[in-house]
Parts: sequence; structure tokens; C-alpha cells
Amino acid sequence: MNEKSVNMLEIKNLHATVGGKAILKGLNLNIEAGQIHAIMGPNGAGKSTLGNVIAGREGYEVTQGEVLFNGKNLLELEPEERACEGIFLAFQYPVEIPGVNNTYFLRAALNAQRKYRGEPELDSMQFLKLVREKLKILHISDDLLRRSVNEGFSGGEKKRNEIFQMAVLEPSLAILDETDSGLDIDALRLVADGVNRLRSEDRAMLVITHYQRLLDHILPDKVHVLADGKIVASGGADLALKLEEQGYTWLEQGGIQSLDVELRA
Amino acid sequence: MNSEQTQADSTSANLSSASSSSVDHFVQQKYKHGFVTDIESETVPPGLDEDVIRWISAHKEEPEWLLEWRLEAYRLWLKMSPPDWAHLKIDPINFQAISYFSAPKSDKDRPKSLDEVDPKLLETYEKLGVPLHERARLAGVVAVDVVFDSVSVGTTFREELKKAGVIFCSFSEAVRDYPDLVKQYLGTVVPSRDNFFAALNSAVFSDGSFVFIPKGVRCPMELSTYFRINAAETGQFERTLIVAEEGAHVSYLEGCTAPMRDENQLHAAVVELVVMDDANIKYSTVQNWYPGDENGVGGIYNFVTKRGDCRGDRSRISWTQVETGSAITWKYPSCILRGESSVGEFYSVALTNNFQQADTGTKMIHMGRNSRSKIISKGISAGHGQNAYRGLVRISRNAENARNYTQCDSMLIGKNCGAHTFPYIEVSNPSAKLEHEATTSRIGEDQLFYCLQRGISEEDAVSLIVDGFCKQVFRELPMEFAVEAKALLEVSLEGAVG
Repeated sequence: MNEKSVNMLEIKNLHATVGGKAILKGLNLNIEAGQIHAIMGPNGAGKSTLGNVIAGREGYEVTQGEVLFNGKNLLELEPEERACEGIFLAFQYPVEIPGVNNTYFLRAALNAQRKYRGEPELDSMQFLKLVREKLKILHISDDLLRRSVNEGFSGGEKKRNEIFQMAVLEPSLAILDETDSGLDIDALRLVADGVNRLRSEDRAMLVITHYQRLLDHILPDKVHVLADGKIVASGGADLALKLEEQGYTWLEQGGIQSLDVELRA
Repeated sequence: MNSEQTQADSTSANLSSASSSSVDHFVQQKYKHGFVTDIESETVPPGLDEDVIRWISAHKEEPEWLLEWRLEAYRLWLKMSPPDWAHLKIDPINFQAISYFSAPKSDKDRPKSLDEVDPKLLETYEKLGVPLHERARLAGVVAVDVVFDSVSVGTTFREELKKAGVIFCSFSEAVRDYPDLVKQYLGTVVPSRDNFFAALNSAVFSDGSFVFIPKGVRCPMELSTYFRINAAETGQFERTLIVAEEGAHVSYLEGCTAPMRDENQLHAAVVELVVMDDANIKYSTVQNWYPGDENGVGGIYNFVTKRGDCRGDRSRISWTQVETGSAITWKYPSCILRGESSVGEFYSVALTNNFQQADTGTKMIHMGRNSRSKIISKGISAGHGQNAYRGLVRISRNAENARNYTQCDSMLIGKNCGAHTFPYIEVSNPSAKLEHEATTSRIGEDQLFYCLQRGISEEDAVSLIVDGFCKQVFRELPMEFAVEAKALLEVSLEGAVG
């Protein structure tokens, strides 16, 4: 099988700087449609930078390497074009936009994406119908629709709103940036449950997390360890457990070589 | 609270360049309404002296008392100087270089209805998006008293209003047809000596609107006037007087736009509102005068004195303004809360882009017991715009249990603009309760990126965020106006961020 044809996302030798400081230093990563990949690693390894670089955030400068998304050179596209191409970033800290109704915001987003793809825009009735279906699937109360975007939301509500947006926008690649941070176990379960409902054959997900606990609820196909701007180890879901057991310091103490050997064996 | 006088901290915020590189790139939006209608004006030569005032008064066939009133104001004005305390940089204005009267030529035989109005004029309004025929006549909702340059040329619905007992006409007509009413109220809220520009207006005012709602009458429709400045180098001096007798209600809409022009044009309007017991005036403004070009050349100088007098108990005045135009805005719509349990409200959105400057706010003068006031001010600065909120809340000695709530928010777009807040609080009665909240925020790179990441274009994202910021004010506007106001902000900020 030609591997290139099945990769939705291909990252080759990616180098990126933030404020002149090198953060990603030759990162390679391939993700196929339908798969969930987890990126784990210690603080400061470049996990969130990876998400922001893929989404095209200003200030994250790619100095070398390439990122292909469905064969397209992603780095040439504006952030909103990347979104319209099907890349969704669930923010670690979802942003509040006071006075802007959540439903209005989401409809503007969906219609912008539909317009980009040459599909007819949805009127408010059609949109409301769609939104109610999604809420039902995710077991989210519809009072979310009446509130301003993330304004005054609890941490859990903000994260659930991200998952709700993802459900409505139906991206091909969803990047979940530390979606578990700041959530208690119940909120975590709700969010993970939503994510699992959105798993599908044509959708890939990149789950960025510091802790293994999220992966108890969202079972990844692959786990990568990111350290000092590079993927230093890749494996199955069991790699996450190993990391949890041993901690990231064990990585730094050279454990990675032995792990690598173990995985290859 | 003891008697005290505070000029609360004047906060200034200028953006640092940090993380604003995505928001400091402005693509200029040409003024959409930039054209000049080709109608010959009847204009007096530039300059001002008693003869010019006599000419204006004679031309308008005014009674002797009004000429005397004008001359008295002129003599006061001669001894005054322009205010210099505002946070505005203004080149000295040569008041002798300005022509003080201009009227469309068709003034002599004024059209009795819109059908008689010069088609070219109507075409102009079409271009401005003021389709009189559709909007007013057919829709049957809004009565429009069109002010073209200085003289009213068309009025709709007057008959229907007349049936309700409502007087809505041009100021000149009011002087002719209701001289006693005019004489009774003119200058009683904003006396000629009030300030430099009020005195100038009193001396040379050209025309404007007059509204009288008699006792117990709820005006059957929203009253709307579209103002327009047209002739070159002609100052425009509007005079508006609205009186609501006991239990009367009226909602008045004022909207403005102007053609493109290089010379700075002076505009000094005076608006007086009088509200008796249980009466209510809601006064909404959308101001979109030519702001000057992207280099700060041209644009309207807008020096306005707007004041309402809540004379009656339980009377209420609500000012709502959306100010997006003018090179310079100097404007403080105010309420004198004389009546017991009277209520004053001020809702404002002021936007300055390019080199626009605004110093605007309100004065709430509490004199009546249990009087209440509320101030919601939203300032938006972009480009090199300078936006100042200046507000006074004064609680007089007899204003037992007066209350004020002030919220004053500023938003900055880009790194070269400024937002400034100058709240003045004077309290002479210890039972007063005052709340003041103020925020200054930059249109966040994080907010923008959040929108972009969802597929929304930068331009749409900015309008979305700004619209949300202004929501508290927009919802006070009548529906139709709210739509217009939103569109105006979008036009003013179109391509603002790239």
C-alpha cells in the first residue's frame, strides 16, 4: 500500500520558532484518517506549539520543514483557510467574546466554511435544527446557545463548548490542546465522551496532553512522546501507561533508549 | 458620602506593539457617501457680523424678537473663546472664513409634498440609503423631516401627526406657525451664554426640527430626521427643540451623513429637550459625517450641545448615540434631573479611525429626590484615532437618594490609537449612591485567532467582536436604527485588520 495516499497529515522535519526561540526542532509525524494520535510530553516540550503551528497562529514561525494536509501545503494557507480546509483546534484556554451570541458565532463560522467549500449557507432555521441535533448527541443543555461565546463559562463549560463547536463544524482533523487541563473527573468524562462520539472513519484527531488520564477515556491508536521539539518515541496506547508509571524524568534520564528497544522488540 | 469633588483618575492607554502586528494593518475604506449634489445654493458670503445675522433673520422672515435674541447671542459670542479643555487637537478655526447661511434654491417656493421635491435631491438620499418613498411613505412607520443643507424641503406624515395633536415641523415653520411655543421654550435648556458654540448657534442657526407632544399623547410613530451637509465651506447650525408635556411619549431618531469634501466643515448644533411630569423622550442618533481621509485631511468639525431638562416628576430622557463620523466630535448629551424620581440615561458608541478625534460623554445633573441616571459608554479607537470619554455626575444638595451607575469601556484596535477616560464626580448629598466601572481592552489577538481558527475572516471577526462590545448600546436603538448602526461600524472598520 502506498503510505502517502492514506496520510491525512504529514509533517516532515518541522522546525518552528516562537519569539525567535527554537521550539520545534525537526518534528516528523504522520496521521491517517480515522486515527487518534496522542502527543505527550513534559512541559515546554513544544506540544502546544505544534497545535498552533498547524492552525497557523501568528507569531509561530516555521523556519524549516513542511506540513501537508490531504496533500496540500498547509503552510501556505491563512489560518481561516486552514480552518475551512477542515482543521479544528480545541483551545487549551477557549477565548471569551463578550456580547457575541454563541449560536450567532458558530453559524458565522459554519457558513464561512460552507462558503469556502462552495456549499450553500444555512439559514437560521436550518442551523438551529443542526445545532439541536448535535446538542442531543453530546448531551449538552441548550442554554449554551443563548449565552455569549465562553463569557462567564466554567472551565468545564468552556471545554464542552469547544467539543460542541467541533461537532457542528465537523472537521477532518481535530487537534485537542490539553483539553483535560483544569477539569475535574466528571467534566473530563463528559468531554471525553463527546470526543468519542465524534470519532469517525474520515476524521483524525491529535490529542495533546500532559497526563495519561485523558487517554483512559479517549483510547488513542498511537502515542508519541515529544521532548525538546522532537518526537522521541512512538508506540501504542501502552506507551502512555508506561510514561505515567515512570514519569517524564525517566525519559530525560535516558530511559527512552531502553523504551525504544522495548517497543521495537 | 460627604460633599466632595473628585476628578477621578484620568486613564490613558496607548497600545504597545506587543502581539498587535496582526491588528495594526489598516486597509482604508473610502467614504461611501462621497459625492456632491449639484443644486445651486443661495449662500451668503463668508464672514460674520450683525449684518449677516440681520440678513439671515430677514431672509427667513423672522419676527423681531427672534432677531433680537440672535443679536444678543452674537454679542455674547464675541466675548467668548472656543473651549480648550477637551482632549482634542484642533487647528484654529477662522470663523470669518465660514459662510453662515446656505439654502437650496428651491427654497422660495418650498415643495408641499415629496412629489414636489427636486428629484435630484431624492436621488441623493437614495444613494445615502434613505429611500424616503419606500421607507417612510409606503412602510408608513417613520415620518421624515429632511434637512438638506439648512432648510427643510420635505415632510411626510404631518397630517397624521396633526390628528394626534403632535407638531413635527422644521424650526422655521415653528417660528412662523407656533411663535408662542418657540418663544416659551427656546434657550431655556441651553441658554445662549452656555458655551462658545451654543452662542454661535443661537446667533446664526439656520433651521432644524421642532417637536411638540401635548399632554397625554403617545406619539403614534417614531420621528426621524436625516441631516445632511452639502454646500462647500458652509457651516451648518441646526437647532432642535422637543417638548413633551405631561405624560407624553416620543422617540426621535436623528441620522446624518455627508458628501466627501476637502475643507473642514464646521457644525455646531444645539438640541434642547423639555420633559414634564411622567413624560418620556427617547433621542437616538446615528452620526456618520465625513470623517476626513486616511491622512486626516478634511472631515467635519462637530461641536454639539445637547441637553435635556427633566422638569417634571417621574420624567425620563434617554440619549442613545452611535458616533462613527466627523474628524472632530465634541459632544456631551446631558440630563438635568430636576423632577422627583426623574431618570436620565446615556448610551453611547463612539468610534474613531484614521485621524479622527472624539471627546464625548454626558452630564447627569441630579437635583430631584430619588433621581436616577445610567451611563453606558463604549469607545472604539483604531488607526491613529483618539477617543476620550468625559462625563460629569453631579449630585446636588437636595437630591436625596440619587443614584448613578456608570460603565465606561474602551476598545483599542491597532497600536497607534488612544483611549482616555475623564470621569468627574461631584457629590453634595450624603445619601447618594454612585457606581463607576471602567475597562480598557485591546481587540485581542487571541480573540481574533479564535475566530479565524473557526473559519471566520479577519474582517468579519473584527465586526463580530466590535458588535459584541457595543451590544448594550445597540439594543437601546430602535430596530431599524440598530441595523444601520451595525452596518455603519462595519463600514468604518471594513478591512481594518489584515
